Formats: sequence, structure tokens, C-alpha cells
Amino acid sequence: MSLAHRIIPCLDTDGERVVKGVNFVGLRDAGDPVALAARYNAEGADELIVLDIAASRDRRPTFLETIRCVAAELAIPLTAGGGIRTLEDGRAVVRAGADKVTVNTAAVERPELISELSREFGAQAVVLAIDARRADDHWDVMVRGGRESASRDAIEWARMGVAAGAGEILLTSVDRDGTQSGFDVTLTAAISKSVTVPVIASGGAKSPEHFAEVFRDGAADAALAASIFHDKVQSIRALKEFLAASGVEVRLPC
Amino acid sequence: MKITILDYGAGNVPSVERALQRLGVESRRTSSPECISKAEALLLPGVGHYAALVRALDERNLRAPLVDAIHRGVPFLGICLGLQVLFKSSEEASQLQGLNLLPGIVSALPPNVKLPHMGWNQLEKKRESSLLAGVDAGAYFYFAHSYAVLDSNDAAATCSHGTKFAAVIEQQNIFAVQFHPEKSGDSGARVLQNFLRLAA
Repeated sequence: MSLAHRIIPCLDTDGERVVKGVNFVGLRDAGDPVALAARYNAEGADELIVLDIAASRDRRPTFLETIRCVAAELAIPLTAGGGIRTLEDGRAVVRAGADKVTVNTAAVERPELISELSREFGAQAVVLAIDARRADDHWDVMVRGGRESASRDAIEWARMGVAAGAGEILLTSVDRDGTQSGFDVTLTAAISKSVTVPVIASGGAKSPEHFAEVFRDGAADAALAASIFHDKVQSIRALKEFLAASGVEVRLPC
Repeated sequence: MKITILDYGAGNVPSVERALQRLGVESRRTSSPECISKAEALLLPGVGHYAALVRALDERNLRAPLVDAIHRGVPFLGICLGLQVLFKSSEEASQLQGLNLLPGIVSALPPNVKLPHMGWNQLEKKRESSLLAGVDAGAYFYFAHSYAVLDSNDAAATCSHGTKFAAVIEQQNIFAVQFHPEKSGDSGARVLQNFLRLAA
């Protein structure tokens, strides 16, 4: 009896529609975050993350409305983020119904943002998203959607973020993201063993074995994927049954 | 029957409202002492820092009406911080006084495990529990906290993360859970439903 490893689908939206990793063919509703949220809630997802990858100021009200509609479908925790720059941005997302807020680029530029959010909502509500890319002997923190290097060591940044008040780390391997070649187990283990908070592994998931690997060898507390769930390449229920059979503790849906 | 939700600005008030709505129950939020005094059943959700909850209760003069209502036997359900505040004090803000309705204190979970204790965990039933009636023995519930009541002798059920702690408390009209039933899928809905039945 212990804490279950979590499976977390992620909805990348342009504020309103799910825009990434969705195969629209024969799946007319897949672009609708509310329909997807309802499906994942019923299938046994442990949490849901909704990101506004466009994160433009004028689309923000639309994104908040999306959070409200998604939250209404869920009996599981909801994390939201993308373009969170200020405490006020975080408040708006929480008021719209998110249980946790992710911060990324703005936190790299101004780490106090993490402390401000943590003081107001508690560490359990602040998720530090780190996009990491292999660079020689270390991993570099990438910002602005993984496009620019922040010239900062990912392990050091993870430790700093936790010290500032982050209660969880959402770790994406920029090298693996979109490749479906498996999670970066080495990166995940390196970060997970360097911090005291739970780590969500992200980037590269395809097969159930990939998930088993990142839980077993990568010391991940949770694992995130998007397209394989949206496209119904992998059902959450079948994935969890596979993991349970492999000896990984998961919450099996009834 | 109507459930009165104490709204001190906690993040999980809307999700608690939605969870009750799904069960077909009317609820209203309040932060007024008068409404608490008139409540038929009280629910105190909470997430975040212990100090924020205690300060909010005191600043809004909610402490006395809340304690009175519970002493009068009004059914009460505390969630997460709403459980912790029932005790004397918490290590998270040791200078502040809790409601002191139950003996004991709230302590930090040990640092040999990942904290916050965040995610889905199982319970160990210690005795007959009305809140857990009809809930499968292996059911998972969603937790998100770093502090807990470690003396679990009086608990109806415990959970373990680094150490054992009180997960479900039932003492007369006082019901409290350390997990978030509003975020715990069908098992959580069952717990809320059980409270509604007990409060009716």
C-alpha cells in the first residue's frame, strides 16, 4: 500500500481548441478540450493538465473559459498553465477552477513568481515546468516553448525552484518530445533524485513499456502524454492494467 | 437539507460545490458568522497554508460561531486543512491556535519521502466508518498535503506516506478527511454522499 504512480493526459490548447497531437480523422470531437476531459475523467486518468500554448494576452479570457468548462467535467485534479507571468495570472487560473498552476519561462526570468504563488496557494498548487535539453555533460533549461536556451543547468534550476516553493516538477525532455521514442529516463532519474518533490515525466511516450521504464528506472512519480491518448493509440485503462501487471503501483479504474 | 460551505477563499471551494451539485445537493457559500450560526450542515474545505485558514477564520469572526455550531451537534465535514484546523495547533504555523475541538496536533510528514504527499493513496480502516460505507477496501483517494495528524489512535482510517497518519476522523457530529473527496473520482463522491446521508 503506497502512493500510486499517476498517469496524466495533457491538453495543449490554443486557448480554446486542442491543437497539438490530435489526429482529427474519424475523431471529430478530439479538438474539444471539454469532450476530451470528460473522456479521460471516465477512463481513469489520475489528473489532467491543460496548457495554453499560444498564451497570447487577448486569448486569455477564452482560455479561462476553457478551464471553467474542463473543470466542470472533472472529479480529478486539474492543473493549468501556459503564459503565467504574474501572481494575478495564477489567481485567474485558480479561480477558474484549476487546483494547480504551472509556471515556466516567467519563473526562469523571475523566480520570485514561484514564491508568490506558493505563499498564496500553497506549494502543492505550484508546478514548475522545466523544458530540458541535453547539452554535453548536463541538461540545459529551455524557455519560450523549448526554443531558447536559458543557459541554466536543469538540475540546479529544479533545486532552486523547489527551494522557492514549487511543490512539483513537470519535466519535459525537449530531445524526446514528439519523437515517441520513450521518456528520457536518465534525465528524469537525475532530476527526481535531486529534489524532494514529486516529478512528472513528459516527452516521448508511446508504448506502455515506456511508462513502466520511467516509473521503474526514472524514479518518476507521474508520467504525462498527449497525442497517444488523444489519438486513442493508447487507452489509459489498458496502460494501467499493463503497469499493474508489471508490478508498478497504479490506481486501477473500477 | 442545505449544506453551508465556509468560504474563506480556499482554492477548492468551486470543486466542492460542483461535487455536491453532481450529487444533487444544494449548497451555499458563506463567510458570514450569522449564516454559520443558522447552518443545518457545515462543510469546511481547505487547501494551502494552515495560517491562511486560521487567519481567515479569525479575521472574519467565524471561529466562535463555528465552534458553537459544532458543539450544538451540527454535522460538520472538514476537508484537508479543514481536518487539520480541528486540532490544537499545527507545526506549519505553531504560533497560531487551531479550533482545539479534538486532542492532538498537526505535524510535518517525515522528510524521507517526496513531499507534498501528492497523488492517489489507499486507506487502512481502523474501525467501522460511516463515511467509508460502501467504499471498496482498496479504493484510492487524492491527497495533496505536507502536514498531518500523526497520532492516529482515534482515526477511523489511516493512510501512510513515510509514516502513518489520520485520514478519516469521525467523532459524533465531527467528520473530517485528509484527502480531497471532491477530487477523488467515484470513491470521493461516495464519501460525500455518505456525509450527506449522515447530516440529513
